[in-house]
Amino acid sequence: MAMSITQPRVDYLNHEHTLASWLLTKDHKRIGILYLLVVTAAFFVGGLFATLLRLELATPAGDYVAADTYNKLFTMHGVTMVFFVLIPAVPTILGNFVLPLMLGAKDVAFPKINLLSWYIFTTGFLFTVYAMVSGGVDTGWTFYTPYSSRASNTNVMATGLGVFITGFSSILTGLNFMVTIHRMRAPGLTWFRLPLFVWAIYATSLVQILGTPVIAITVLALAIERFLHFGIFDAALGGDPVLFQHMFWFYSHPAVYIMILPPMGAISEVIATFSRKTIFGYSFVAFSSLAIAIFGFLVWAHHMFVSGISVYSALVFSFLTYAVAIPSAIKVFNWTATLYRGAIWLQAPMMWALAFIGLFLIGGLTGIFTASLGIDVHLHDTYFVVAHFHFIMVGGAIMGYFAGLHYWWPKITGRMYSDIWAKVAAIIVFCGFNLTFGPQFILGYLGMPRRYWAYPPEFQTLNVLSSAGASILAVGYILVGIYLVASLFWGKVAGDNPWHATGLEWTTQSPPLPHNFETQPIVTEDAYEYAVREVKVG
Amino acid sequence: MFPGISLFPERASALAADVDHLYYFITAVAAFFALVVTIFVIFFAAKYRTKDPMAVGARIHGSIPLELAWSIIPFLISIVIFVWSASVFFDLYRPPDQTLEIYATGKRWMWKFQHLGGQNEINELHVPLGRPVKITFTSEDVLHSMFFPAFRVKADAIPGRYSSIWFEANKLGQFHLFCAEYCGTKHSGMVGSVFVMEPAAYQQWLGGNAGGATLTSRGERLFGDLACNTCHVSDGRGRGPSLANKFGSFEELADGGRVTVDEAYVRESILTPQNKVVAGYQPLMPTFQGLLSEENVMALVEYVKSLRASSEARAEAAATRDATPQEHK
Repeated sequence: MAMSITQPRVDYLNHEHTLASWLLTKDHKRIGILYLLVVTAAFFVGGLFATLLRLELATPAGDYVAADTYNKLFTMHGVTMVFFVLIPAVPTILGNFVLPLMLGAKDVAFPKINLLSWYIFTTGFLFTVYAMVSGGVDTGWTFYTPYSSRASNTNVMATGLGVFITGFSSILTGLNFMVTIHRMRAPGLTWFRLPLFVWAIYATSLVQILGTPVIAITVLALAIERFLHFGIFDAALGGDPVLFQHMFWFYSHPAVYIMILPPMGAISEVIATFSRKTIFGYSFVAFSSLAIAIFGFLVWAHHMFVSGISVYSALVFSFLTYAVAIPSAIKVFNWTATLYRGAIWLQAPMMWALAFIGLFLIGGLTGIFTASLGIDVHLHDTYFVVAHFHFIMVGGAIMGYFAGLHYWWPKITGRMYSDIWAKVAAIIVFCGFNLTFGPQFILGYLGMPRRYWAYPPEFQTLNVLSSAGASILAVGYILVGIYLVASLFWGKVAGDNPWHATGLEWTTQSPPLPHNFETQPIVTEDAYEYAVREVKVG
Repeated sequence: MFPGISLFPERASALAADVDHLYYFITAVAAFFALVVTIFVIFFAAKYRTKDPMAVGARIHGSIPLELAWSIIPFLISIVIFVWSASVFFDLYRPPDQTLEIYATGKRWMWKFQHLGGQNEINELHVPLGRPVKITFTSEDVLHSMFFPAFRVKADAIPGRYSSIWFEANKLGQFHLFCAEYCGTKHSGMVGSVFVMEPAAYQQWLGGNAGGATLTSRGERLFGDLACNTCHVSDGRGRGPSLANKFGSFEELADGGRVTVDEAYVRESILTPQNKVVAGYQPLMPTFQGLLSEENVMALVEYVKSLRASSEARAEAAATRDATPQEHK
């Protein structure tokens, strides 16, 4: 500990400097950084939309923006956050960066395809941005027909094309990661020695490969109806509006697991590292990821209990929804049990991870309400649902992403950020988040429908609380941006393994070498064997 | 300056209380698990906290009995919730036999209600206390969703289909009606009120608003104007099947299938007659798609419905036409 640590002489960041060396890179680490830039930009844009939404909702009357503007804002908030932040964030940024490192590999299986994925993703994002600035889109991120196919005269298809293009990036990334996990593991790194993050990425890739083509087909069908007037979804043309919802949710429900599984994997890493012990019930946590990925495909119609599906199919989908909740519950219980008799080192990433547990817990438990047939009739399309999925998507996925980002930041940049400020930010975000979305559960049960530009005055107090919470949340996120950027200039040099963690990514230098490892790592023990390591060291 | 916060919406039907009880139960279960996990996380994090980065936790790999316990117990609890929820759902979904029928159409951006006595309302609905009311509705353009928070009921209005909801109000007053499915610019303006009235006051309201013909007689007139009666003659010898006493019965189809003659089938047969042709008849009927408004289709449906009544009942209905709607049942 006494010797001073310095930045390595050659690493993946400084070995080449030209713009071309970034834009034509095949290095998974640099591609991870490229994704970080685009996703961060998208998060900022989506967050800006959210700010304007909460500003409008501070008063019951529709006064701050026009109704059509409001409708575009919530649509573009949803599209940006879902397709360009939540789905890509953890797999493409953290997954790209650390997956090959965790496997002891030089890169992903198909480095050129990996770069292609980023170009496709960025093209899709730019297309969507174009659709937004050239007039916007007002269908809601769900694009329900026949509103989207017949009534809306906004940029529906330009946005749809953006989503369509981006989907291919998601499929290629999933394919790339899956092959990488199968083929590129270091000698001795058997399946059950894999870090749980790898299991989570594997399960996610499965969903990306199997699910994403369906949203592509759905967008295509929408385009055919909009341009060629073939009756697919429009009842006036002989189509069925409810069919669209089946197709849309057949992808978009599994997409929820694309969003939440990778952050869950990151949380497993952080909790094991800062508890200094192996994850309680490793194989249960690993297989619960696969169970979620597979059963996640069988619950789509729980979004449609009041959409005109039959009573009996509603029964089946409600039952299966309870079944798919169990693997998520298993994860939470195992993370909690991992803390038992650990050596809890409360560094910033752990603070974010504990905040994740708290918020994901609420998100998961409120899913029991929406899965309940008798209650969902009342709750469907109200603010309760808005609160529920924000607890999962923001409280869960984004908190998990931040936990992972704080955990691997020293590895990615070679620098430490301010631990104190990171903890303060975690607390601000946790409090701001609860204040933003907690009142929305009550609003929803009171009956306030979602996507309302104006609302009855009796809902104002709760909406004001929510808007106040949103401003606290914004401060928290901006703070994160500030101290992370500051760390690049003034941060302490991190060293190879600032958290004293197990895992191959911590055995190489920070930032890593262009080709990751000097010699091929060989794995001789299970993941998270802190106790064993202690014996060896001692 | 700000209104106070209430935790529960007004409750104006017996089923709303059933929904609330289920809600309390799930809230209790969720709160229990949230507390248990939170307490354990905080307790462990405090108790096992260390400032020594080289400290190491105990070597515990897991416990099969614990894994089974925390898989099976939540699963059993969720089965209880599932069964309870399903039973509430069936109650919400299935109206009792004798209901007051009301038709409605959603269109951007209004709800239009049609009472059997011919009274029409927009974004307002008057119903009597203590009597089950069933609303059959569709949409003329995009998706909408009819939502009465005080009754805890909601269903999407889907173009091309009939949906229905029912409730029995047990509290007088004015309650919210919302459109819950996003439908464009004035989605949040597609709101209104349901007025629950004393039965006597309700009768008075009906009397005061009776303007034109009853729904049935409007349907009957359309049936003649559109020349439906040239083929659908009541002795069954026409080119189309007789419609007398058809509503609510089963019909054998030309393709070998079987349908229940309900609102949806009558509507489908008017708009897309070739879809389900009755066995023994030729597919001769022209489509009325685009020729009839949803309101007029509903009048025709209601007329076909009225034909199931016995001739005496019909005579009686005719005598009391323009009077109270419940006499028509």
